[in-house]
Amino acid sequence: MTGSDRPTLDQNTLKEILRAAAGEVGEEPDFLDTPFAECGYDSIVMLETAARIEREFKVSVPEETLAAESTPRSLISAVNNQLIAAG
Amino acid sequence: MGAVITGIGLLTPTGVGIAEYWASTTAGTSAVGELTRFDASRYPARLAAEVTGLDPAEHLPARLLPQTDRMTQLALLASDRAFADAGLVPAELPEFRAGVLTASSSGGFEFGHRELHNLWSQGPQYVSAYQSFAWFYAVNSGQISIRHGLRGAGGVVVAEQAGGLDALGAARRRLRDGELETVATGGMESSLSPWGWAAYLASGRLSTRTDPARAYLPFGEDANGWVPGEGGAILVLEDETAALARNARSYGSLAGYASTFDPAPRSGRPPTLRRAAELALDDAGCSPSDIDAVFADGAGVPELDAAEAGAIRELFGPDGVPVTVPKAGTGRLSSGAGPVDVAAALLAASTGVLPPTANVPAPRAGYRIDLVTRPRTARVRTALVLARGHGGFNSAVVLRAPAEPVRLASPDSPGAAETTEGVRR
Repeated sequence: MTGSDRPTLDQNTLKEILRAAAGEVGEEPDFLDTPFAECGYDSIVMLETAARIEREFKVSVPEETLAAESTPRSLISAVNNQLIAAG
Repeated sequence: MGAVITGIGLLTPTGVGIAEYWASTTAGTSAVGELTRFDASRYPARLAAEVTGLDPAEHLPARLLPQTDRMTQLALLASDRAFADAGLVPAELPEFRAGVLTASSSGGFEFGHRELHNLWSQGPQYVSAYQSFAWFYAVNSGQISIRHGLRGAGGVVVAEQAGGLDALGAARRRLRDGELETVATGGMESSLSPWGWAAYLASGRLSTRTDPARAYLPFGEDANGWVPGEGGAILVLEDETAALARNARSYGSLAGYASTFDPAPRSGRPPTLRRAAELALDDAGCSPSDIDAVFADGAGVPELDAAEAGAIRELFGPDGVPVTVPKAGTGRLSSGAGPVDVAAALLAASTGVLPPTANVPAPRAGYRIDLVTRPRTARVRTALVLARGHGGFNSAVVLRAPAEPVRLASPDSPGAAETTEGVRR
């Protein structure tokens, strides 16, 4: 697969992954900018989420993007930056 | 002061909840049947007793499902029932005065099986992060503690089938030490996955018969091994003073407990089940003549049945006390068995009925035990419960009913209904 064909992580895919990892996705109105911790996702949920992203997108998800204050927006951009860099 | 059982949460193959379990158990119903959880057609043993008619996903928060094995889901639901039955709202308890002490025999085998399959078929990155704890022996205690906010002393004991009684003994010690006032205790098991099945088969003691009515026949002439089941019970054990202070209904007290460990095989020394029973009687301050019924381990393996019948005969005399094995209907539940038998003994005391040993028409003649083979009216004030775990574990408890028999809620009353009130999510 060449870089330009690689799919990127979008909001809906992240929701699907979170649903599988955590059992459910909250209905926060501001999904993209609500920190994961505020949605009740603890560190193990984030580990499971990261593992699923790594499997699906063949990237490594750095630990700091999983910190309590990180948000779906910051995680999506960290993953997509890596995908772009990997070209 | 003593320790009293004030709440019973039962999830068994023969019934979900007290009313259902007791109706089918006193009727001698057996839930042993074809194993349906996976295709067991190529295995030498193919019978099991499964919990049916209850979908944990309908009763638990969605977020708990990906991180829990079935045994944990069942344990959580049983704990909800136990607290509701005890008339306690866990969130209102002083959080460090209430704890959880359960037994486990194998941990979460179904979950572990799936993740091992992922590991070997796809690679380590496909193993769920929840595997880190979901398989673990202590996970039922941990998840019950989190769900109900019970932050006092807690833990898990592992002694195969004997462990369920050991958990009660350990819970009572915490109450006696004054460390806790309330303990959720007991055991819940579910290992009906190919990996779990392989572990059961390795015991070499499973019945390989295909007729469910002729497979698990504890003390029977035709005993030929046992059948595994899933399920168990979570009980609320409370300091008697605390229970009295809140005017709680008590099913009875945990008056005596003891455990022993058998001498090494080929040592020439006898097994120590009888010693465990004697020690439990001593602990309860009673003699064999005070015991109105024995809820036996009932291994269903001829030499083990003979050993247990011998221990009972030596203690009580030939045909000296009614003996029953209600687990003939549920299969052997590993650590879930003892707590279910404790519940059965307390319900026998409440209702004045001794449940029969399903599918066994009569004990082997030489055993000289008074095996209950049909429901029997009996005044049960004090009962002895025995359990043995593979590898040499023996445990015994003595239960003493309250002066006034407990009146059970009628089957259609909401007493045994699910409640999520007061549950911390």
